[in-house]
Amino acid sequence: MIRVQVQQDEFDMGAEMAALSRISGAVGGMSVFMGQVRGNQGDGLESLTLEHYPGMTEKMLMGLAEEAFSRFHLLGCTVIHRVGIMYVGDPIVFVGTAASHRAAALQATAFLIDRLKTGAPFWKLERFTDGRSHWVDARETDDAAAAAWDDPSKD
Amino acid sequence: MQGRVTILYFASLREQLGRECEDVSLTDGQVPVQTLVSDLRSRDKALDGVFAAMPRIRVAINQELASFQDTVKAGDEVAFFPPMTGG
Repeated sequence: MIRVQVQQDEFDMGAEMAALSRISGAVGGMSVFMGQVRGNQGDGLESLTLEHYPGMTEKMLMGLAEEAFSRFHLLGCTVIHRVGIMYVGDPIVFVGTAASHRAAALQATAFLIDRLKTGAPFWKLERFTDGRSHWVDARETDDAAAAAWDDPSKD
Repeated sequence: MQGRVTILYFASLREQLGRECEDVSLTDGQVPVQTLVSDLRSRDKALDGVFAAMPRIRVAINQELASFQDTVKAGDEVAFFPPMTGG
């Protein structure tokens, strides 16, 4: 089962993990990635505002989740991405995958987070305590991480 | 025959242009994205400056990622935005 959600509210990681673990009796393990607003970098970051393209975002996330589901033979897959304003320490994204064996779940989660960073229409605006704001630039390392999944023979 | 397309702008592009969408009419029934962009740039100096200053602008047609060689036709929704930075 695939669940994709774009929302302003915080998500309940415990509830999402419990739902994944019960998705099928064949689940042998699950893997979870949670991304949050990183602080204490010395730059005075106060908040991130996540903008997205409603409609296209859900479509792209569903496409990625379906690709992960079949490529890694998943039993369950949940992707939740928040939009709006988030402060240091707040959760931004949840990726959880359940499979019969650990390798599939671990790989599928890495695939999903690598791909969604550059492959779904989200943009981050950073606001700082001194009033400055700045749109986050795409990083080449993120493009490279996403592209590294282009060859399924390496799974 | 003239047709209209809806154009959407996101993130820094939206902010710099000061608008999030507009309706434009196509000069021909269907045109490549790059022709649409040239038309937009030639009739709007501010937009021309923003597009010139921002490398790597991405385009989507009807909510699917597209290239500047792809064709836009009447009724399409075309979105321009900077590289995506989710996660």
